[in-house]
Amino acid sequence: MNEHILELKRISKSFSGVEVLHEVSFALRPGEVHALLGENGAGKSTLVKIVTGVHQPDKGEIFLNGEPVHFGDARESRQAGIAAIYQELSLFPDLDVAENIFAGRQPVTPGGRVNWGQLYAEAGKLLESLGVKLDLKQKARTLSIAQQQMVEIARAFSIHARILIMDEPTSSLTLHEVDELFGLVRRLRAEGTAIIFISHRLEEILALADRVTVLRDGSYVATHPTKEVTRYGLIRLMVGRTITDLFPKQDVTAGEVVLKAENLTRPGSFYKVSFELRRGEILGLAGLVGSGRTNVARAIFGVEPPTAGRIQVEGREVKITSPQYAIELGLAYVPEDRQLHGLIPAMPLTSNISLPMLPHYAQMGWLRDTRERKSAYDAARQMEVRANNMWQLARELSGGNQQKVVLAKWLSTQPRILILDEPTRGIDVGTKAAVHALMSKLAAEGMAILMISSELPEILGMSDRVIVMREGRVTGTFSRAEATQEKIISAATQDVATIGITL
Amino acid sequence: MTAQNPPALGTSPGTISNLLWTLVRFREAGISVFILILVVAITLRSPSFLSVDNFEDILLNISILTIVALAQAMVIITRGIDLSVSSMIGLVAMMVAFVVKQNPEMPVLFAVLLGMALGAVLGTFNGLIIAVGKVPPIIATLGTLSIYRGLVFFYSQGTWINSFELPKSFKLLSKGTPLGLPNMVIVAIVVAVIVYYFLNYTRTGRDIFAIGSNPDAAQFAGIRKQRIIFLVYLISGLLTGLAAVLWASRFESAQTNTGLGFELQTVAASVIGGVSTGGGAGTVPGVLLGALLLGIIQNALPLVHISPFWQLAVQGVLILVAVVTDNLIVRRAQRTQK
Repeated sequence: MNEHILELKRISKSFSGVEVLHEVSFALRPGEVHALLGENGAGKSTLVKIVTGVHQPDKGEIFLNGEPVHFGDARESRQAGIAAIYQELSLFPDLDVAENIFAGRQPVTPGGRVNWGQLYAEAGKLLESLGVKLDLKQKARTLSIAQQQMVEIARAFSIHARILIMDEPTSSLTLHEVDELFGLVRRLRAEGTAIIFISHRLEEILALADRVTVLRDGSYVATHPTKEVTRYGLIRLMVGRTITDLFPKQDVTAGEVVLKAENLTRPGSFYKVSFELRRGEILGLAGLVGSGRTNVARAIFGVEPPTAGRIQVEGREVKITSPQYAIELGLAYVPEDRQLHGLIPAMPLTSNISLPMLPHYAQMGWLRDTRERKSAYDAARQMEVRANNMWQLARELSGGNQQKVVLAKWLSTQPRILILDEPTRGIDVGTKAAVHALMSKLAAEGMAILMISSELPEILGMSDRVIVMREGRVTGTFSRAEATQEKIISAATQDVATIGITL
Repeated sequence: MTAQNPPALGTSPGTISNLLWTLVRFREAGISVFILILVVAITLRSPSFLSVDNFEDILLNISILTIVALAQAMVIITRGIDLSVSSMIGLVAMMVAFVVKQNPEMPVLFAVLLGMALGAVLGTFNGLIIAVGKVPPIIATLGTLSIYRGLVFFYSQGTWINSFELPKSFKLLSKGTPLGLPNMVIVAIVVAVIVYYFLNYTRTGRDIFAIGSNPDAAQFAGIRKQRIIFLVYLISGLLTGLAAVLWASRFESAQTNTGLGFELQTVAASVIGGVSTGGGAGTVPGVLLGALLLGIIQNALPLVHISPFWQLAVQGVLILVAVVTDNLIVRRAQRTQK
C-alpha cells in the first residue's frame, strides 16, 4: 500500500495563455483532512477541477495509489472513487432525497426494473449511518443548503468514494450546521476517507484539518501539519509577496463627502454597513467573495435597495429605489460580470455605450443618433477602446476591451460617484495598468470612486482608504498608511466573535 | 444568529411549505377537482352530457391526443419540445393510407407497424439534429414541422385519400369494439401504462427526469445526456406514427392538412397536466387528466350553447392558469424555504 492515496506532481495549467497553475505538487494520505488554502485566484479551484477530471493538466502527472492515471472527464474520476462537493450544489431539484443519492445508478431488479424498495431502504440505511435525519421522499428543491450538502455527502459515500473534495462547504451554513458537518467529516476520516477541504476560514482549517497546503498565484508555497502552524503563519504564507508600484494612485486631497451610507441593512446580504466617500477619493472595499461587498454596491445603485439605513448623496438624503434614479443622482456602477450585467454582447459599441443616456439623445421618443454616435465615439476614444469601428459587436472584443467599453459607457453619463466591482478581473496586465491609470486620473479630477476588489495588491495600491467586509458586516476600516495585507486578510477571515461583534 | 438562517439540520421545513409541496406533488388533485366542478356545472345545464355514449365519444376524441401528449410530455420533461408532431401525423397518415389503398388485403397490424416505423425514422431525424447537431429543440422541430409538412405535399402531389379508397378493416382498426371499448381507447390506455412504467420503473425513464431537472448534474452523475435526449425524440416519433395510423383510420382519410395545428394541443395537454415547462417534472396521470380536460371542453361547449369559436380561447386561458399556478406554487414553496 502506498503512503499517498493521491499524488499530483508538478501540475501546470493555462487558460488562453494565462498560466493559472505552475508546477503545483500535492499529496493526499488516506484518512486525513487536507486543507487547501490560498487567496481568490490562487488556483485552488483549478487544482480541484484537475483532480475531478473537469480539466486536464497541460503538464504534470497524477498518481492514484501509486499508479499513474489520466482522467478524461468527470465520469472517469468518479469511477476511480473521487467525489466532489462544489460550492454550487449539483442536486436534481425535482427528484427526491433518495433518488438524488442514487441518480444514474438506481438499483434494478434482474429484469431491469428500478427497485424502488431497495433504493429507499439503502438510502435510509446510508443516511442513518451518516447520522442524518431527512425525509427520503422530500424533493431536493425544498431542502435547506445544509440538508442539500448532506445529500451530496451521502451520494459521495454511496459510490464508496475514497477521496472526498469539499469546496467551501461551510460558506452558507450556520454555526450549528457547521458543527454537524465537521462531525460527519471526522467520522468519514476515521473510516479512512481522504478529504480535501477548501475554506477561507482559517479557524475552521486549524480546527478540522490535519495538514494544510498553501497556494499563491498559481504556485505551490508550502505544506504543513496544522499543529505546527498559527493563524498568522498561514496568512503570511498566503500573502507572501511584496507590493510593486504597478498601481499609480496619485495623491489627492479628498474633498467634501459626496456619498454617505449609514447602517445599511438588507437581511441575508449585509447588516449595518456605514461609510463615507469623499470627492477625489478611492475607497477600497475588500473582503472575500460572498462577504456582501457586491450586495452593498447593488443596494446603493438601487438594484436591490436596502431595507433599513440611510443614504446621503452630496448632503441630501435620498431613497434610491431604481438604477435610473441612481444615474440621475450622478452615480454609475460598473458590475463585476461584464457579460451578464455590463454589456449587451450582440449590440454594436455605439449602442452599448449610449444605453444609459438614451433619454438624453431622444426627442419626443425619437433617437437623434448623430449626437448618440458622437458622444459614444468620444467616450470610446477617451478609454482607448481597440475596435475596428463603432459598429463592431461588443462580443467580438477581447475581455480587456470589453471592460473598457463598460467603463466608457458609464463615463459617458459623467458620473460624480463611480462604483467599480472587480474592475480588473480577468483582463491582461496592460489593460489593467490602463484602467488603474484612468481611475487615478478620474479621482484627481474630483470623481469619488468606490472600488470592490478581491486582489489585495490592487486594494492596497489604489485605495486612499480601505473598508473590509466579512459575512455582511464591516469588520475593519484602514487608512492608506495603516493598511497592510495581513490586517486586511485578518479582518476578512477572522471569526466575528473574536473581534467582539455579536451576530 | 439572525432570523434569516435556514432551518437547522435534520428538521423538516415549515408546515406552510409542506402544504405547498403537497399541492405541487399532487397537482393531479387540483386538475381532478377542476374537472369535477366542470362536469357538474355542464351537467346542470345539459344533462345529456353525463350519458355513457357521450363519455365514450369524449374518450374516442382524446385517444390520439393522449398518445401524442404523453410523448410530448417526455420531451418537455427533458427541457425540450417537439413541434413537428402534427406534420409527422400528416406525413405518416398519408404514406400509410397510400400503402393501404394499394394493398387492401394487407393485415392491419402491418399498417400499424409501418406507421410506427415511419414515425421512428422521422423522430430519429429530429433526435440527430438536436442531440448530435446541438440545435435548440424549438428551432430544430420548427424546421422539421415545415419539412415534414412539405413532404406531405410532395408525396401526395396535393391529392387526398378518401374514405371509399380505404378497406373496411382499416377503418375499423380505430373504431372496432371487440374488447368492449373502441380499439383506439384501448391502445391509448396501453400506451399510458407502458409510458408510466417506463418513466417510473426504468433507469432510462429516471434519467429523463434527472436531465430535465439539472442537465449539468446529470452529466456529473454519469448519465449519457445526448443519448437520452436522442431517445425521447425517437420515442416521440414512434408514438406519433402510431397516432397517425389511428388518425387515418378514425377519420377515414388522409389529407394534406391532416393534423395541422395539433402540436399545440399536445403541448397544452402536457402543460395543463402539470408537466413543468422548465423540465424535470411531470406525471402520466397528470397528462391524462390534461387531455381529458381538453376533451371535455371540446365536447361540452356545443352542449351548453357556447360557440366552438370560444374553444381555443378557453384552452388558452387554461394553459395560462396552469402555468401561472405552477410558477406561483413553486416560488412560494422556495421562498418559505429561505
